[in-house]
Amino acid sequence: MLNVGAIEEGFVLDHIRAGKAMQIYHDLKLDQIDCTVAMIMNARSKKMGHKDILKVECPIDKLDLSIVGFIDPNITVNVVEHGKIIDKKKIGLPKEVRNVIKCRNPRCITSIEQGLDQVFILTDPKRAIYRCKYCEEKYHGHRRD
Amino acid sequence: MRKLKHLRHVMSPLDLSVQELDQIMDLAEDMEQNPEKYAHVCDGLKLATLFYEPSTRTRLSFESAMLNMGGQVIGFHSGNTSSATKGESVADTIRVVSCFADICAIRHPKEGAPMVAASKSLIPVINAGDGGHQHPTQTLADLMTIRKLKGRLGNMTVGICGDLKFGRTVHSLISALVRYENIRFVLISPEELRLPDYVKEDVLDANGIKYEEKIRLEDALPDLDILYMTRVQKERFFNEDDYVRMKDFYILNEAKMQMAPKDMYVLHPLPRVNEISVDVDDDPRAAYFRQVYWGMYMRMALMYTLLELGDDPETSGEAKGGKA
Repeated sequence: MLNVGAIEEGFVLDHIRAGKAMQIYHDLKLDQIDCTVAMIMNARSKKMGHKDILKVECPIDKLDLSIVGFIDPNITVNVVEHGKIIDKKKIGLPKEVRNVIKCRNPRCITSIEQGLDQVFILTDPKRAIYRCKYCEEKYHGHRRD
Repeated sequence: MRKLKHLRHVMSPLDLSVQELDQIMDLAEDMEQNPEKYAHVCDGLKLATLFYEPSTRTRLSFESAMLNMGGQVIGFHSGNTSSATKGESVADTIRVVSCFADICAIRHPKEGAPMVAASKSLIPVINAGDGGHQHPTQTLADLMTIRKLKGRLGNMTVGICGDLKFGRTVHSLISALVRYENIRFVLISPEELRLPDYVKEDVLDANGIKYEEKIRLEDALPDLDILYMTRVQKERFFNEDDYVRMKDFYILNEAKMQMAPKDMYVLHPLPRVNEISVDVDDDPRAAYFRQVYWGMYMRMALMYTLLELGDDPETSGEAKGGKA
């Protein structure tokens, strides 16, 4: 068993689907902030068979994790402070998703306008339906890839 | 550029409350009855018409509306005659236009383009049609025409026939009408051109509006108060064969009009191709040219409202010898 040391302050993202940690690393833009990241991939899991884990050492107010709820609602977020887990939570669907998915409507302005963010708004939380802010094209549920 | 207390844009009819719509309709009626009162309220102001897609009625209607109020018009008539051909973004174009004009009407083949313009604009932006998405000022013309003809906007059954999938006027009209009491829709289209789910789910279902879908126009006609015909739009199809198959699916003629109630009015956003036979034009229930007429006054009233001219004693009709 591979051991990775505990973090003093930051987050541990657990129960990530095996093979998806790198994608979440990019979605959270962890490459753009000054933090130490440990990525554990394909770890054995009783519940999932195999899973990935991300450990992020950073001030807990520095990272916006709301997108995690859109990426995969099964991910558990452990909040760590002074070396201890102070909170363990599942993240709900964010009201807005920016530059994570692309609008598939070929008639949408996002298909031609340079530098335009891809923005999806949560229009139906019960059914997890997002719509493109510009053309209202539907995106159903969590990210499928 | 005119200084405004509140910079507002109109992307869809829902950007205007029911109360505001009523006020705009009242204002449009006053403008029609007392044109001299409003003949100079836009002196020194400019409308920019940014039409990346061909248009006859909407562009001329906007331009006439501004000229009727004493203002001037600048703009372009197709994407080919603008810097869009050089690759300029909508965001950059509106930043430039904001330096020249006081208000802007934009038509674009891509859905959401006016929203991009609005997000960067320093002047009010009006969506004059974006792809198959929304066309709020056509809805203003539609609502005004219905109110003039029926004397009400609620308590009626509205049949909408033709291209409900790409028909932006349809999407805007439904969004606006669901806010009135006891509205029921009959949606008449071939399977391939059904209303998009974002309108069915987010507008009709979300507001508990009754509707039924039919394929045959004849089955719906006897029950309607308003029939809103639409053209199957060639420019929205990626596949020519699909267009050819759909284009003559519905043709309203005088024989079919015999099946409709005597007080059922026929509306159409125009241009029409084959979907309304010319023999219907002389039927007193044919209201599509009256829509064009009222559309101009509604655009006048909308621009007057967005430019806050009624708030300004310097430019309001009151100061010019009338009560605006």
